[in-house]
Amino acid sequence: MAPNCELHVNDSKGIVCLQLTGRLDADGAAQIWKKAKHAVQGKDQVVLDLAGLNYCDAAGLSLLVDLSRDTKLDLQGLKADFQKLWELIGNEAPPKELNAPVKRESVIGKIGRTCAQFFADLYSLIAFLGQISVLLLRSIGRPSLIRWKDLWKVVEQAGPNALFIVMLIGFLMGLILAFQSTVPLQQFGVDIFVVNLTALAMVRELGPIMTAIVLAGRSGSAFAAEIGTMKVNEEVDALKTMGIDPALFLVIPRVVAAVMITPLLTIFANFAGIAGGLLVVAMMGHPWAAIYHQLSGAVGLDDLFSGLIKSFICGVIVAGVGCLRGLQTLAGASAVGVSTTRSVVTSIILIIFTDAIFSFVFYVTGF
Amino acid sequence: MENAIIRAKNLTAAYGENVILENLNFEVNRGEVFVILGGSGCGKSTLLKNLIGLYPLAGGSIEMVGRQFSGATLSEQRTILKQIGVTYQSGALFGSMTLSENVEMVLEEFTQLPPEARQVTAWTKLKLVGLEKFIHHLPSEVSGGMQKRAALARAMALDPQILFLDEPSAGLDPITSAELDELILQLNASLGLTFVVVTHELASIYAIADRVIMLDGETRSIIAEGNPEELRDESRNPLVRQFFRRETKSN
Repeated sequence: MAPNCELHVNDSKGIVCLQLTGRLDADGAAQIWKKAKHAVQGKDQVVLDLAGLNYCDAAGLSLLVDLSRDTKLDLQGLKADFQKLWELIGNEAPPKELNAPVKRESVIGKIGRTCAQFFADLYSLIAFLGQISVLLLRSIGRPSLIRWKDLWKVVEQAGPNALFIVMLIGFLMGLILAFQSTVPLQQFGVDIFVVNLTALAMVRELGPIMTAIVLAGRSGSAFAAEIGTMKVNEEVDALKTMGIDPALFLVIPRVVAAVMITPLLTIFANFAGIAGGLLVVAMMGHPWAAIYHQLSGAVGLDDLFSGLIKSFICGVIVAGVGCLRGLQTLAGASAVGVSTTRSVVTSIILIIFTDAIFSFVFYVTGF
Repeated sequence: MENAIIRAKNLTAAYGENVILENLNFEVNRGEVFVILGGSGCGKSTLLKNLIGLYPLAGGSIEMVGRQFSGATLSEQRTILKQIGVTYQSGALFGSMTLSENVEMVLEEFTQLPPEARQVTAWTKLKLVGLEKFIHHLPSEVSGGMQKRAALARAMALDPQILFLDEPSAGLDPITSAELDELILQLNASLGLTFVVVTHELASIYAIADRVIMLDGETRSIIAEGNPEELRDESRNPLVRQFFRRETKSN
């Protein structure tokens, strides 16, 4: 490619003269920038012969601006057309350091800041859950406080629309669980107990937890994104100035809807998971009558309820955290994305944490 | 050199079946400040977006910097787009980048300038709009007027021949708005840039416009073309007179 701009360096009797010819635009400047910088290094004064320039623009003149940081420039032959532009930008050299100042923080400072953020976050989470609980109690006393129209919309989006994915994952989980446990149990000739294992695991643990995690990824994140966008667009501020509590207007319909549909979805996930497990057992050659007999003795109503209690709590967590993260959204294009990610991560951590607490309590109480 | 830098012939703009503007013919001359004006919803921004290729034309053609823009291949359009700069109503600066990085990003994408040269060039561009002291600030840390100026600096990163400004005064107080008008005139005079400005701010129009076209949403056409003062005083079209004299329909 022919060069846009050419640079000739004449160094005679200690006076450096840079002769620029051609077209000094961004492309031209890029071709000679390093060479020009190198040529003026350590020189007190440099003569610039610009008579051969047939075009230059602000990007091209930036080269001269940069050179003026290192040495005193004596410009000669700059055409009148470009003189005005040079007067506009060339009257002051940029500072020596153009990099953004780096804010350094000590390790202890970082640990301290992270801990402070964690506890502040925990505090806001607990405070928010408390606020929701109070509003829920008020709503029970006065159901007209709840925006039912919005609630049914959320129920539809988070419930029936999620049914297929929840059942599919439940079915495959049951299938995988049964396949994995069949081989070791077969060695002892008790592979019929795969039915007990699958059914108990699905009803007590996997059904509620997996449903909650799917909801966190599907509906909780949607709540965070929707409310976050409303926050960025100042719609939440508009609600506040109209005297409407955003928690009551936006959060309660979503939490109530999630509480309603999470246990229902869990029941469907349980059925699908058990069906997957039983299919594997049937494939192993066990008669359906034996499988049914085994199943009826394996799972009781108490098992089902222990799972449903978890799913109820997980429903509150998923919707509450999704809405909280949405309301915490800051300004900027990336803020909604950050809120959505935080909503999913926090929900999953809290779901697993809640499950661990329940497991401990059920173990101690023998439920 | 040919004087017309943009030439629209029988330009028709539409959203699907909904035709917004029909058979517009106009030219923008090199080095002038050309203002597209009209009432709210008349299609000013739509026309601008058609001109810069964000929306495909429903009909007609656009010639820009002496080359056919509408119907050109993507790479041809990209070459032409390098010669134009655009600022949007909101400024549309990237919020996660500093003002300097917003300008450097364009230089990194389209030039071979080394990193330090990009920094100096970005500083120069921001100096042109009076923001050289704010190069490390994020857009959220500067005022609305400064954001508009920074957007102007970014639009000028590649030294374009034409600058398209969509509602540059929107949301600005009269003083900041007047300062921005001054900056437009200064850049027009010193760099010889052609400006195509979409606005309905009368004060701005009188301050900066060499020539205007006025659009009408009902007839979907240009109802006036010329110098704003002349149109105010001499136009026979009542809509144009109303607009320039800020009269309500009942008056």
